[in-house]
Amino acid sequence: MVFRNACPTNVLTRTMIQREVTVRNRAGLHTRPAATLVKTAARFNAEFFIEKDGMEINGKSIIGVMTLAAEQGSVLQLRFEGTDEEAACAAVVELFERGFDET
Amino acid sequence: MQESSSIPQEIILKGIPAAPGIAMGAAYLYSKQIPRIEMKSISQDDVESEKDRMRAANARSEKELQKILAFAEQKLGSQTAKIFEAQIMILNDSILMGAIEKRIAKELKNAEYIVADEIGKYKRMMLASPDEYMHERARDVDDVMNRIIRNIQDQKLFSRLEGSSIIVSETLLATDTVMFSRNQILAYAADLGGATSHAAILSRSLKIPAVLGLRTVTKTIRTGDFVAVDGYAGVIIVHPTPETIDLLNKKALRLKEFEEQLADIATLVADTPDHKHIDLSANIESPDEIDYTLGQGAAGIGLYRTEGTLLARQGEPSEEEQYEEYKIVAEAMFPHPVIFRTFDVGGDKLARGDYHEENPFLGWRGIRISLDRPEMFLIQLKALLRASTKRNVRIMFPMIAKVSEVRRVKELVKQAKAELKAGGIPFDTRIKIGVMIEVPSAAIMAEEIAAEVDFLSIGSNDLVQYLLAVDRDNAAVAPLYQHFNPAVLRTINSIIQAGHKKNIWVGMCGEMAGDPLATLLLVGMGIDELSVVPTILPEIKKIIRSVKFKDAKRIADKVLSLHTEEEIKEYLMSVVKKQLPDIPLEN
Repeated sequence: MVFRNACPTNVLTRTMIQREVTVRNRAGLHTRPAATLVKTAARFNAEFFIEKDGMEINGKSIIGVMTLAAEQGSVLQLRFEGTDEEAACAAVVELFERGFDET
Repeated sequence: MQESSSIPQEIILKGIPAAPGIAMGAAYLYSKQIPRIEMKSISQDDVESEKDRMRAANARSEKELQKILAFAEQKLGSQTAKIFEAQIMILNDSILMGAIEKRIAKELKNAEYIVADEIGKYKRMMLASPDEYMHERARDVDDVMNRIIRNIQDQKLFSRLEGSSIIVSETLLATDTVMFSRNQILAYAADLGGATSHAAILSRSLKIPAVLGLRTVTKTIRTGDFVAVDGYAGVIIVHPTPETIDLLNKKALRLKEFEEQLADIATLVADTPDHKHIDLSANIESPDEIDYTLGQGAAGIGLYRTEGTLLARQGEPSEEEQYEEYKIVAEAMFPHPVIFRTFDVGGDKLARGDYHEENPFLGWRGIRISLDRPEMFLIQLKALLRASTKRNVRIMFPMIAKVSEVRRVKELVKQAKAELKAGGIPFDTRIKIGVMIEVPSAAIMAEEIAAEVDFLSIGSNDLVQYLLAVDRDNAAVAPLYQHFNPAVLRTINSIIQAGHKKNIWVGMCGEMAGDPLATLLLVGMGIDELSVVPTILPEIKKIIRSVKFKDAKRIADKVLSLHTEEEIKEYLMSVVKKQLPDIPLEN
């Protein structure tokens, strides 16, 4: 599922953004894309969490992202919370959309 | 029974030869210092000092790892050193370390307990994955966790390690291998691990004998036991008898003298004294092996096994992932050529669920899978083509059985090229492609196949097996597996002549290529290239440089006139003993 730059803050709560993404690149979130993801998220103040199959990890933590073992086709719930959450969400969702520039 | 046997029995353990060399000495049983972790409560006043302890331990751990990384880079080259980078990334994970500090303050528990508990969570999740790749990562995580905890507890590394010892352990981690090597280590022996594990690659690079996969060595040996390690044969002997010691000493001396002779050979070309040139290349399967392989004096990679990434994870590796790997290898080897063999696995590695074949060696494997899965094959071809911009990449196809398969492969190569071209992506437009000759039907049609490609490489392992109808993993018939069988030799000879008729080069990349007894024979038949395991490369080069091509031809003619493998082996033994008295032949 893809939400093209669709990261508006929830008007009612104004506390966080939640997005669902699918891992598109065939190799999944192995070490290289995991590092890219963590580095991108670190550019923003907003907190960033990823949930997969009921397990939630901090998306700014390399050990966490490695542990997700998210293979191609995995559906992930992303959650952003903080002043620049919209920008953070847009940047991260774009990475997933582009399949981390892999195929 | 009143036996006065105070002399302990000699025990022989057979494992996997991971790094060559012979060593004897006292064993040191290295049980990974899994630090004992007690949960202790701390007071509110201690929180800051407890956090400081953790931070100091972290800093020390990073220093240790940076040292290992620097040492590895200097001694092994930057490709090999990459193994350690994931661990440093984890150590620098500020979220993880922040979480640990927060928990110390909130739960009022000692630092090592929180570290073990927090990092342990990730380790357990990784181990729960069915993916072998995740299990490798779990080992990294475990290694880094134990390092931090040991530093919190202020324990020194290997404080009890005195003098030169043989390290005996359950597993041998990459970091252990490098750390130990800075002390006076005679050899490694471990229960687990194989010839392609990181520890094996590192041991070979560091020239420390190693035998892995011994299964019970930690249960058999105690610290202080006198042990002999034979890294050539993959054997370790506990309490060796004086006769065994004598025998091994002689073998070690012979090999050491021989290796000294080989020391300068790495920079020399593999030419016979009458200037017949042989391309002497190496078989490898990971970028980690490149530094060592170049040091051994390889003129190129004659067989790069690409299936590593396919086997290490679930599902097929992406084009990008493959491209990254191939590019690293091609660039690190430049200007030397690299022959990449496309995926060569059995169907069980790709099919989902309980895939089973009655007869996998005669089944769905190698090029048959690639041709049945063109979408997967095209991804690999495109990744290989993209890595070829420096024009030192060649592509080789396994398990070809007939000409029409070669033609189909060429169509797909053409399609891959067209797709890249359409996308404006650069590649070597005149990339050389070749075929492995390992199926008897392909051997018979070698000339017609040669007309289609740029080179042939004889895959002796499968060729022998298919030609003689012998499964060499079946103990009941394994002795029948003989590459000196005259039918095998005549077939090899006819493949070489077929290639030459079509003006292309013919090489060999099976185990036979690295058998010192076979070298003169193959050279005499006119082989153009030999691709061997990196460890044996200097020895094969020495043989090539010692005997004239015209004499080798005579030897080959004589061998081809003999009718049994016994006669052939006996003759070759006598020739080698006479012409190359230094070559240490087994048995």
